Amino acid sequence: MSDKKWFSLNIGKEHKASSKCGCGNASGSCNSHDSGGNAGIGEERVKDGFEQVFEVKMDRRSAFRKLTASLMIGAGAVSTSCSMVAGDEAKEKAQIDWEEQFKGNYKLMTDDEKKATVDRLVRSYQLRTGKNIKMSSKDAQEGVLFGYAFNISKCQGYMDCVTACVKENNQDRNSQMEYIRIHEMKDGKGLDFGEADDNYYHEVPAEGHFYLGTQCFHCDNPPCVDVCPVQATWREDDGLVVVDYDWCVGCRYCMAACPYDGRRFNWSTPEVPEEEINKNQHYLGNRLRKKGVMEKCTFCVQRSRSGQNPACVEACPTGARIFGNLLDPNSTIRWVLENKKVFRLKEDLGTEPKFWYFMD
Amino acid sequence: MRRLKVFKSLVVDSMRVITHGSKNYHIWMGFLSFIMLIGMYCYSIQLDQGLSVTGMTDRVSWGLYISNFTFLVGVAAAAVMLVMPTYVLKDIDFKQAVLIGEGLAVAALIMCLAFVIADMGGPSVLWHMIPGIGVFNFPSSMLTWDVIVLNGYLFLNISIPFYILFRHYQGREAKHSVYLPGALISVFWAVGIHLVTAFLYQGLQARPFWNNALLGPRFLASAFAAGPALIILVLAIIRNSTAFKIEDKTIKKIAMVVTVAAQVNLIMLISELFKEFYAPTHHSESAYYLFFGLHGKSALIPWIWTAITLNVTATVILTFHKLRNNLRVLYFACVLLFIGIWIEKGFGLIVPGFIPGPYGKIAEYTPTLIEIGVTIGIWALGAFLFTILAKTAINIELGKLRYKGDN
Repeated sequence: MSDKKWFSLNIGKEHKASSKCGCGNASGSCNSHDSGGNAGIGEERVKDGFEQVFEVKMDRRSAFRKLTASLMIGAGAVSTSCSMVAGDEAKEKAQIDWEEQFKGNYKLMTDDEKKATVDRLVRSYQLRTGKNIKMSSKDAQEGVLFGYAFNISKCQGYMDCVTACVKENNQDRNSQMEYIRIHEMKDGKGLDFGEADDNYYHEVPAEGHFYLGTQCFHCDNPPCVDVCPVQATWREDDGLVVVDYDWCVGCRYCMAACPYDGRRFNWSTPEVPEEEINKNQHYLGNRLRKKGVMEKCTFCVQRSRSGQNPACVEACPTGARIFGNLLDPNSTIRWVLENKKVFRLKEDLGTEPKFWYFMD
Repeated sequence: MRRLKVFKSLVVDSMRVITHGSKNYHIWMGFLSFIMLIGMYCYSIQLDQGLSVTGMTDRVSWGLYISNFTFLVGVAAAAVMLVMPTYVLKDIDFKQAVLIGEGLAVAALIMCLAFVIADMGGPSVLWHMIPGIGVFNFPSSMLTWDVIVLNGYLFLNISIPFYILFRHYQGREAKHSVYLPGALISVFWAVGIHLVTAFLYQGLQARPFWNNALLGPRFLASAFAAGPALIILVLAIIRNSTAFKIEDKTIKKIAMVVTVAAQVNLIMLISELFKEFYAPTHHSESAYYLFFGLHGKSALIPWIWTAITLNVTATVILTFHKLRNNLRVLYFACVLLFIGIWIEKGFGLIVPGFIPGPYGKIAEYTPTLIEIGVTIGIWALGAFLFTILAKTAINIELGKLRYKGDN
């Protein structure tokens, strides 16, 4: 219905929007439809151009599968013939490593392939450490579009969200990687990020300051997704912008393209102490990463897709963070968007973040 | 079958040519090999420990590698300034120079690809980018465009000189009808590679320093100044150290190209500076950081002012016919211009794009020794490749290298 690749949220306006057009035809071929204002929430499922992309990929994928199969036969032959002394476990480990190295892009995998790679990763972890993890490959659910709201009046800068996020998402402890940044702003200066400090070490709340948190905003028109040369990052149907860590080549183009400082790179092999590893994982979420790949906030996909709030929301002691399904008219997030004066950062860039700020 | 035989003989002959030479030649090649080994050692450390051994961080995520990549795309594109007059306009003046220019383009492109690979976090999964077995995000990602144009240009710049040299090697004339279409395409292609590389940055709304319409044209202007400047210097060296004849006329004609491009580049620089500083907005902060420093952070100031001084001095020298026509002064101006543009189109362009960050954070970038080691290693690789290519080409052109198999 429009050239726009993304849709604009028109919370509470969808009825008005459909009657906007003078021709009285809400979805036909009338050219007078306002492309920006007319895309209601319900139309989220319309995937223009997306399906064509998938169509093209199908033969690529089958070509790829054939290639992998032949490589695997070769590898199997090599590993069985060459390793007389190696034990079954070593062979299995080598086999898994091989298949993992040459697997395809998660976005283009069938459900069976997704399950297979998850099983391999779980088994690999078991072989390496003797411990079990739980990894999910749960897809986006119908009728769900995740959104987030942040109450600037409530946040006191305790950073419990940051700590919870690092723990939940198995981030590298060495480089102190954090998805969330809390900006300490000066009262009376407005939203002046230039004057703000996102790296403070003192007692909070500090006199004469207020706090504002940023993280990945899960844009509906994410610039990071467009620039990726290998489609290793994409927008899921429930609005989450995710990364396939195994497909990422580490060029960091997405990092340059993100206007919100939402992406992080593993400059060295990430390290998480064994006892601190969160074993409840999702393939697109908090599973362990390797060096040289991008990662980012996924709204805790391992939690949000099983009906829980992200770790930051749960950890926030002030209730400044609100998360929910934008398509559910009874959700808290919808109540906030309909009843508060909300705004988003850098709206002029056309990225359509699904992360709103508001004040009491 | 005969062609294969000739090709085999060419490879054998050129192997002999490139492994024999004067003492200076051996010292030069030995020196380059040593630098390359240092580069490889540094790269092995980077492979082992990850990109954390470089100065790059989450705040400034591209550095010396991408800077050099950007600059070298320009050098590669500049080969067209010689191709066009020679093959298309039939200006024979350039005929001797053009093979050298194309050899330079090949070396520069290999260096470009090496820099990109050095910058990758996962070089072992680079096959994800190969169309067919990987996923090639075309046309959405400008990086895929860049992969196409760079490799296409590399192919053109290998195949055209190869055809010509292969014919000359057999003592035959190269047929116009065979290489002229390729030469014509490569003229447009050269503009394409640099414009596409500019679009890589220009298309990012997140980085106002890059997100300006002048970036692409300015890339072209600076490329057509720095590239031919390097070609002049290389021709000067070749003229003095081999029997290969390059007339003054040729060098002076290339100098004319350099002059015009340097002047246009300077005009665009003034336009850019005016826009950033006459009515500075929030988006001018990167330019402020680059030229004057921000909040006491001033790492790039000495660099950019050196670059501006070099550029202006060189352009002034080149503008006066008397000075430009004096070859010694010309070479000096070319050195100034080359260094000036390397700074300006290298980290003078890439690093400020990240500073200040999306939320105004100013985190500076300083390359580490390992990063510098890899960088000079790749430059040595380029010089090594170019020496090999040029030596073979010159020997064929001089008639020293000829196919003898048919007798």
